[in-house]
Amino acid sequence: MDRQQDTQASDARPVLEGPDIARVLTRIAHEIVERAKGADDVVLLGIPTRGVFLAQRLAAKLEEITERKMPVGSLDITMYRDDLRMHPPRALARTEIPGDGIDGRLVILVDDVLFSGRTIRAALDALNDIGRPRAVQLAVLVDRGHRELPIRADYVGKNIPTSLRETVKVQLAEEDGRDTVLLGAKQTSQ
Amino acid sequence: MQRHLISAADLTRDDAVLILDTAEEMARVADRPIKKLPTLRGRTVVNLFFEDSTRTRISFEAAEKRLSADVINFTAKGSSVSKGESLKDTAQTLEAMGVDAVVIRHGASGAPYRLANSGWIDAAVINAGDGTHQHPTQALLDAFTMRRRLVGRDAGLGQDLDGRRITIVGDVLHSRVARSNVDLLHTLGAEVTLVAPPTLVPVGVETWPCEVSYDLDSTLPKSDAVMMLRVQRERMNAAFFPTEREYSRRYGLDGERMAKMPEHAIVMHPGPMVRGMEITAEVADSERCTAIEQVANGVSIRMAVLYLLLGGNEPAASHTRTEEK
Repeated sequence: MDRQQDTQASDARPVLEGPDIARVLTRIAHEIVERAKGADDVVLLGIPTRGVFLAQRLAAKLEEITERKMPVGSLDITMYRDDLRMHPPRALARTEIPGDGIDGRLVILVDDVLFSGRTIRAALDALNDIGRPRAVQLAVLVDRGHRELPIRADYVGKNIPTSLRETVKVQLAEEDGRDTVLLGAKQTSQ
Repeated sequence: MQRHLISAADLTRDDAVLILDTAEEMARVADRPIKKLPTLRGRTVVNLFFEDSTRTRISFEAAEKRLSADVINFTAKGSSVSKGESLKDTAQTLEAMGVDAVVIRHGASGAPYRLANSGWIDAAVINAGDGTHQHPTQALLDAFTMRRRLVGRDAGLGQDLDGRRITIVGDVLHSRVARSNVDLLHTLGAEVTLVAPPTLVPVGVETWPCEVSYDLDSTLPKSDAVMMLRVQRERMNAAFFPTEREYSRRYGLDGERMAKMPEHAIVMHPGPMVRGMEITAEVADSERCTAIEQVANGVSIRMAVLYLLLGGNEPAASHTRTEEK
């Protein structure tokens, strides 16, 4: 498992900068409208922490394109993780489902990095307990490979082939003060 | 956080706020059509009740089941305890069955501490009320209710009860609820005043982090929350006050007294309420009384405690979220 916080800014190099991220999100928004034929029944659910900000940004872009209010929420998957018992329990983040729910809607899960796929598996389980979407799609800013489950993203901002010795860290203005994706070497703690 | 939850005094401010914040998220699960999380799947929790309790036991059971734990209920009545089995033997039986947590209520103060520290059992121990000593999850659910009502549901996240003035009224002597609340509310930064007849104030109260008053009427106007305690007649082996009427006249909360409280102030009661004695029906049924809310909040708090003690491979240590994909 990749502990992104191991990445030190000093030895990490940016692979996506602020304007790239904005461009990538605009492209994903257009792809969503095209594939969902107007995005009438789309609900965006971000996975905390940074997935939520990405979902909000995507919703804003979709609202520009479709001129309609886009329901956006967040889905914390902590309680559904399969590695809960391997770490101390983590503080829970917010789960916020838009008022109309997700039944019969096209839910687009939004996350920053797609790696092992286990987070998305947990998110699918969590969705199961909340309602029954018409379909579920996945949008990620970065796909770094190394899947451990048969899961793939429908919308990818950028594919970044990585080795397991590398880390990918996404920084967003809302949380970190700037927009960037950093590729660094994993710190060996021992 | 420690491995067990024995006393509200063991909790640091950060631990307590983490539990309250976690409970806020747990409360959202109760609003869903499917009120269940897979978090404690495969874990076994025993509710070990040596003393009668309906609401605490049901509350714990609901919390355990919502987290998908396997639940075993054990009541002393009709068990081997009535045949003379000791706490140690019961504990060792549970240990042999491989339980992960024991929720214990016992009439003897200190029984949960003994269970947690004697080496009889390896499970996490959660105190669900011991004698006149402690009832930490009750204190947590009370603090949770206060934070929701006085600070706000979302605005309260990460906040404590700094500067809030809480008055606890009634049978403090026999009340583990009062004791636990004084400890926890002090940790959370609130100012606590105990109001009781002198005969129902425990010896040594001057060492507690709170004020003591014998006059309810002068305390009410400066209280943000007033917590009425049940007069525990079953624990009283002497006459602590002349008559019920006398008690009710001086320490009971009626509509007239409630009107003296600030507009935002709430009335709390841990239940069961003895209507007409410590609280009138008018107050108990008013919008300011949070007794029913406290019951609902109890499930969320107990889910939070169970998750934080049992959800991982060790109890939650801090607020930090490690980002893993």
